[in-house]
Amino acid sequence: METAPKPGRGVPPKKDKLQAKSKKRRRYWEEETDPTTAGASPGPTPNKKRNRQFRPQRPKNACIPKKSRISKKPQLPKKPREWKNPDPQRSLSGAQDPFPGPAPIPVEVAQKFCRIDKSKKLPHSKPKTRSRLEVAEAEEEETSVKAARSELLLAEEPGFLEGEDGEDTAKIRQADIVEAVDIASAAKHFDLNLRQFGPYRLNYSRTGRHLAFGGRRGHVAALDWVTKRLMCEINVMEAVRDIRFLHSEALLAVAQNRWLHIYDNQGIELHCIRRCDRVTRLEFLPFHFLLATASETGFLTYLDVSVGKIVAALNARAGRLDVMTQNPYNAVIHLGHSNGTVSLWSPAMKEPLAKILCHRGGVRAVTVDSTGTYMATSGLDHQLKIFDLRGTFEPLSARTLPQGAGHLSFSQRGLLVVGMGDVVNIWAGQGKASPPSLEKPYLTHRLSGHVHGLQFCPFEDVLGVGHSGGITSMLVPGAAEPNFDGLESNPYRSRKQRQEWEVKALLEKVPAELICLDPRALAEVDIISLEQQKKERIERLGYDPEAKAPFQPKPKQKGRSSTANLVKRKRKVMDKEHRDKVRQSLQEQQQHKQEKAKPMGTWPSALDRFVH
Amino acid sequence: MNTSLLPLNSLLALSQREELVDLPKNYPLSASEDEGDSDGERKHQKLLEAISSLDGKNRRKLAERSEASLKVSEFNVSSEGSGEKLVLSDLLEPVKTSSSLAIVKKQLNRVKSKTTVELPLNKEEVERIHREVAFRKTSQALSKWDPIVQKNRRAKQLVFPLDRKHSAFAPIEHVLSGWKARTPLEQEIFNLLHKNKQPVTDPLLTPVEKASLKAMSLEEAKMRREVLQRARALQSYYEAKARREKKIKSKKYHKVVKKGKAKKALKEFEHLQKVNPTAALEELEKIEKARMMERMSLKHQNSGKWAKSKAIMAKYDLEARQAMQEQLAKNKELTQKLQVASESEGEEEGAEEEEEPIVPNAVNKVQMNAGGLNPWMLRSCTSDTREAEIQKDPKQPSEPVVHEVSESEGEEGPMVEEEILMKEFKERQSLRKRSELKQDTELVGSEETKDSSSQEVLSELRALSQKLNKKNHQFRKQKVSSAEAVVQVQREQSATEEEDPLLLQRPERVQTLEELEELGKEGCFQNKELPRPVLEGQCSERNPNNRPDASKEKKKKEQMIDLQNLLTTKPPSVKSLAVPTTIEELEDKEERDQKQVIKEAFAGDDVIRDFLREKREAVEASKPKDLDLTLPGWGEWGGVGLKPSAKKRRWFLIKAPEGPPRKDKNLPNVIINEKRNIHAAAHQVRVLPYPFTHHQQFERTIQTPIGSTWNTQRAFQKLTTPKVVTKPGHIIRPIKAEDVGYRSSSRSDLSVMQRNPNRLSARHKKHLKKNSID
Repeated sequence: METAPKPGRGVPPKKDKLQAKSKKRRRYWEEETDPTTAGASPGPTPNKKRNRQFRPQRPKNACIPKKSRISKKPQLPKKPREWKNPDPQRSLSGAQDPFPGPAPIPVEVAQKFCRIDKSKKLPHSKPKTRSRLEVAEAEEEETSVKAARSELLLAEEPGFLEGEDGEDTAKIRQADIVEAVDIASAAKHFDLNLRQFGPYRLNYSRTGRHLAFGGRRGHVAALDWVTKRLMCEINVMEAVRDIRFLHSEALLAVAQNRWLHIYDNQGIELHCIRRCDRVTRLEFLPFHFLLATASETGFLTYLDVSVGKIVAALNARAGRLDVMTQNPYNAVIHLGHSNGTVSLWSPAMKEPLAKILCHRGGVRAVTVDSTGTYMATSGLDHQLKIFDLRGTFEPLSARTLPQGAGHLSFSQRGLLVVGMGDVVNIWAGQGKASPPSLEKPYLTHRLSGHVHGLQFCPFEDVLGVGHSGGITSMLVPGAAEPNFDGLESNPYRSRKQRQEWEVKALLEKVPAELICLDPRALAEVDIISLEQQKKERIERLGYDPEAKAPFQPKPKQKGRSSTANLVKRKRKVMDKEHRDKVRQSLQEQQQHKQEKAKPMGTWPSALDRFVH
Repeated sequence: MNTSLLPLNSLLALSQREELVDLPKNYPLSASEDEGDSDGERKHQKLLEAISSLDGKNRRKLAERSEASLKVSEFNVSSEGSGEKLVLSDLLEPVKTSSSLAIVKKQLNRVKSKTTVELPLNKEEVERIHREVAFRKTSQALSKWDPIVQKNRRAKQLVFPLDRKHSAFAPIEHVLSGWKARTPLEQEIFNLLHKNKQPVTDPLLTPVEKASLKAMSLEEAKMRREVLQRARALQSYYEAKARREKKIKSKKYHKVVKKGKAKKALKEFEHLQKVNPTAALEELEKIEKARMMERMSLKHQNSGKWAKSKAIMAKYDLEARQAMQEQLAKNKELTQKLQVASESEGEEEGAEEEEEPIVPNAVNKVQMNAGGLNPWMLRSCTSDTREAEIQKDPKQPSEPVVHEVSESEGEEGPMVEEEILMKEFKERQSLRKRSELKQDTELVGSEETKDSSSQEVLSELRALSQKLNKKNHQFRKQKVSSAEAVVQVQREQSATEEEDPLLLQRPERVQTLEELEELGKEGCFQNKELPRPVLEGQCSERNPNNRPDASKEKKKKEQMIDLQNLLTTKPPSVKSLAVPTTIEELEDKEERDQKQVIKEAFAGDDVIRDFLREKREAVEASKPKDLDLTLPGWGEWGGVGLKPSAKKRRWFLIKAPEGPPRKDKNLPNVIINEKRNIHAAAHQVRVLPYPFTHHQQFERTIQTPIGSTWNTQRAFQKLTTPKVVTKPGHIIRPIKAEDVGYRSSSRSDLSVMQRNPNRLSARHKKHLKKNSID
């Protein structure tokens, strides 16, 4: 979902991120600046220059050349003055504003919020229509400028990890990072040793504040992972396949061996949904309030959690389903199949919206990034591929991994985590909108057990890994969005706020049938039914009301409006129209011929000229 | 015709009358005689007729006497025989004009001239006309509201009641100025502040400080005031004097004044001659100019109106004679030529005399220079210097003249310089011309040299090009050697090219025959690149129509290959450790082994073939079906095993129109569902709103989201402002003409019209008439 930034709506600013970096940097300097003490003692890595700096990224806007700027009031002094006061600009304090008017906005920044595609040519429009279009364009510009201006309020900047020249960031261990960052951030790295109840699946709530995990052997727990306050811990005495928070942290869906169960944050079982049986994977679509379940029986079921109704149960006809992910941009469910395809589903359609052949072997894991642009897949052929989802569905990059990736996940800022065996690799791209480059991993980490579940925590530079040895929360600088929308998903919200938000979210619930590949297509006119209606109307009326009226000769005086004359004039116009039509069709034919002639074979050779 | 007939008619009437008169005479005649006579007469008549018919023309039947019993009656007057209708006026017309009949005639004329009164229109028509007029009037009255209606329709937001006053937000200073201290504390504070003249709104400078900044020293101010006072007084005196003088009607006085002026000018001229001879010369030139003007004009030549009247009087009136003489003398004076420079005294005197009309000219000019003839105009000027100027010399024309002269002198300087420059320029030009002439002679030779040099360059170029060609050739050879690699590349690209011939990307250009051969070898793969010598005249065969047939089978193969390419893209060559130190990287050999293993593992299930089959099925399913209307056995034999003939089937097959191209037409690894999402379509707009004629136009207006999720709070509020706002607790009155700035209320007009249409009809009688005529 593309949203304008609305930062800090009455929310205490998050301080941990930036402060962490700056503090840590100072500590590093301290270590560096007193080599006398450090060098005296034969430390383990005195010669190893690790001058990593976790410094905050410079804001990009700073380096944008100031060429074109939108300024609302360039001609401020020209403004007519209504006040008798000779000096209206003077404020109460008497000081004059050195920069009068609203702050200028770079065009590029405002361009980001523009939605009207001006590249498309419009058919000729009448003045009234044109005025409407102009109004729409003016509104768009105004709103985009306002949005761009409010971007100033996004105070936080993403952190990142930078190796000293030539140093591989993948070699930096978690321990080093933890050592470098501030205490609050360091506390976010932890390990839960839960060897007893087998490999764990885990899920963060949408605000990133809560964590739920379920072990294969029935262990289900939910906790506020920042404060480490346990909300509930139960054993469901059944195999837990997957676990997922519903719209808020108060509800928890657990895919158990037989059926799907829903618990609240006290661990009390609220529902047992028997229509969803043998569920292997769960996905929650937050804006539609839909819980999508993929089952062993090959059904993809959509459950509307707001009304408790099953919206759609679709048979994928591809055997057991155990690879599923959602596209956060358009709420389309991606299923991976054993025949190497990934199918895209919407509850409105019985058939998949699209099928993409990705791998030669079966698909093991699929994930889609937050902008809905890239999809990462891994298959049994040990390949990791990144696909472009914007129409072409072509692989942008691919890489063979020695073991093949079993689990994949994208972070909010487009970092890709790959779990293979007991190792976790994180790949980063160049910027936010770029796909992760599969050249060099950004970070790697080894766990105490095989990876079973992966997820980046929203709004925190933290990656949660569920494995056979428990849960690991590792620090990944630059993974998450630094600024959160306080009205949308506020990590610091109180219970009251949560309840408020719940009501609002329910009111704004998107109907399930609106899920389609291109959500912007909903803002288009339904041309098919439009044309059909037109046709029906013509049939009903017996004539086309919008058709061009036939030429009616004007009455003339002095005997020049005789019947013969009228007919003659009519014919003249008719003939002209006919001629035009013929001419046009001839031209079209010629063009067609030329077009056909062009791709006939090879390019004309130099010898061609002698033939004619 | 009528007029010509009229006397004839009267003649006829006369003859008839004679007949009438004769009849009684004939009456006593015997019948036998009569009969015999009549017989003869008849025969004669017939003869005459026969003769006349021979002539061929229809002759006018002459009225003649015939049987009386037929023609004459007591009761009516027969006009038979004349062939003309009897007119009433004929009866009235006597043989001789009689006065008694004239009266009747007059009466008759009067009766004739009177026209009948037309019938009044029937009620419906009158009402219709009334309605039409009323409608026209009303629509005219209403049309002045049109702009307002348009404006209101176009307005983004209408706030009712329609108050034109906008409560513009005032800056805090203005709010504060109206604010008064109420509570005792406030009052105390304000008292303190006011006591110290502390500024309330502008704390930078107190009013006292401001005043002190603005203030001057006392003496200076006094001096300034004095100067100003003096200037004002002087101006008023001067104005009063000018006014007085203007009022004087005495000619003599004016004459005296003129003479005085002339004398003064003369004196000044003399003075000038002594002091500044050049300026005097200038003055003389002016005089000369005045002479020229005089010669041109007819002034003082006794040809004007006044002069003519005087000329009549001159015989008797001595004064008039003198005046004329004066005029002529003046003319002579003015037209007299002056001896320039070394003029004699006498002549100079003449010139002096002449000056009288000339000097005022100069004066005029001067005054114009000073800023206008009218002293009242000067009043508005506030600058002290100007005033001073005016006071000094309203009557000193010479000074500015001097200025002018000096200016002209100043101008002379640069003129001289210019001349010098011009001279130099000319010299240079001439020099150049000479040199050019020389060069022309030289040019022939130089051109030759140039030619030779250019030839050298050309040869160099040729050599270079040859070198390049050689290089190219080598390069081509290299290419040929690497042709196979190229072929592979082509294979990869060929699939996409197949799909989209318009986006044809030509990886290699066939340049040599060898390449042609090379390419010909593996032509089976790429028919696109297949180089056919054009000389063979196979252009027609290269038609795309033929091609698909030949390459149908290949196409699939290519697609498959392409898919395989897609799936087996090489991993990036850069090897970095994918796994931390603990896990060793697989070596190339191992990797290869693993690949082999994987290949073997997936040898059985051909994923790609399955997918292609699936895609083909999907494509087939989505294609519109042809409609076959063939009835077996209709018009031919039917039965088991008999199929309708191909011709018939072709005849009755309705081909479905080809749908739009599939979205996944060029994407080998994707199947996109083309089915419409009906549930989503139910939420889409399906009727174009009014001003839009094309769906794209409308789509553009709804592309920007207006929800608060996508917009800032301000923008959201602005985007979702209601179209009409009504203030609660206010009466919304209908709009009035005064509200919009019209003076006369149109409503009263309307109401009048609606109330009594009778009055309206009276008012618009003229209009009504017009309509009725129409």
